[in-house]
Amino acid sequence: MPQARVSMSVRKGTGGASIVDIEGEVTSFCENVLMDAYTEAAAGGARAIVLNFGGLEFMNSGGIGLLVMLLIRANRQKQRLLAVGLNEHYRQIFELTRLNEAIGIYDNEAAALAAVAGA
Amino acid sequence: MTTSSRRPDEGEARDAAHWAPIMEKLRVSGVPEEALSLNVEGRRVLGPLQGFGKMWQKTYRVRLSGSAATPTEVIKTWKENFPKFWGAPRGNRFYAPITGIAPGEVAVLNLGAGPMKLSTGVMVLYADDESFTLMTPQGHMLAGWITFSSFEEEGCTVAQAQEYFRGQDPLSEIALALVGHNMQEKLWEQTLRSLAAHFGVEGQPQMLVTCVDPKRQWSEAKNLWHNAAIRSMLYTVSAPARWMARPFKRLKR
Repeated sequence: MPQARVSMSVRKGTGGASIVDIEGEVTSFCENVLMDAYTEAAAGGARAIVLNFGGLEFMNSGGIGLLVMLLIRANRQKQRLLAVGLNEHYRQIFELTRLNEAIGIYDNEAAALAAVAGA
Repeated sequence: MTTSSRRPDEGEARDAAHWAPIMEKLRVSGVPEEALSLNVEGRRVLGPLQGFGKMWQKTYRVRLSGSAATPTEVIKTWKENFPKFWGAPRGNRFYAPITGIAPGEVAVLNLGAGPMKLSTGVMVLYADDESFTLMTPQGHMLAGWITFSSFEEEGCTVAQAQEYFRGQDPLSEIALALVGHNMQEKLWEQTLRSLAAHFGVEGQPQMLVTCVDPKRQWSEAKNLWHNAAIRSMLYTVSAPARWMARPFKRLKR
């Protein structure tokens, strides 16, 4: 399989949230990178995972499929999944695939973390 | 048949041209007149998150060993010949739009032989040179999408179909458990066999099935209202009444 052209780094946010910064391409080839990042982010009992798409360069339907898998995994652990940094185009893709009905979309990290803290 | 999506405009995301535009409701156009598009026109698409039943990921793969076809060639051929390779039993028809497998286009499916036809469809959610994805509308047995892709693995071109779906409503969930899963697996295995045969390969598809979420989403049981099997049956049994009403409709005009 072709190599994933993506890097993901995890940092702790406030209120029991973990943030995953995504840089590059989200396609089906980045499954291992995404799931490793999730495992790291979820460690220590995170209440919410915030995906920061500010560095997203490309996403295909395989990538959207992976996000569905991630959402199911997070829901099973009773964790919320949120998204920030989506430009207008990627917001539309979330709407088109109806992922926006299950993943909370926020304008920026502060708004997402405030939503986690307020929940 | 057009098979590629448009080039992105300047300043647009690189993938922008590959995605279907946002559409509130599906519009069917450019399919043959004989296609019955009962349960497609005006419907919304549903992803795997909006379905009722257990969520499944099914992956079907065939290695095109010995073929020199590149992933791009495989996908181009697959798009151009989708109805031909589609492995459904005789009597079932996939009416691709005249414009081909391109983002936002809608195809009509007429399933079953004889007078009783189940009419549903799919929308092309995404299409690029190495993959394309079909998404189901309200009323289809499944809520979700299937991605057809090709890539190189250990020096060999692989063709793959991968679906994420739930049974769309309680009735579809029962039908899936009784016969649907089995029929669907046979269909995509046969599709991959036909695709491989086109490239001169006698391929044996491999299948990987994972139940991603065993929970049923009872809040989505309401999808039953749009069930295409029920609506197609009602349409068929009400045909005589429609036929008798035809002269009156003409008089009204």
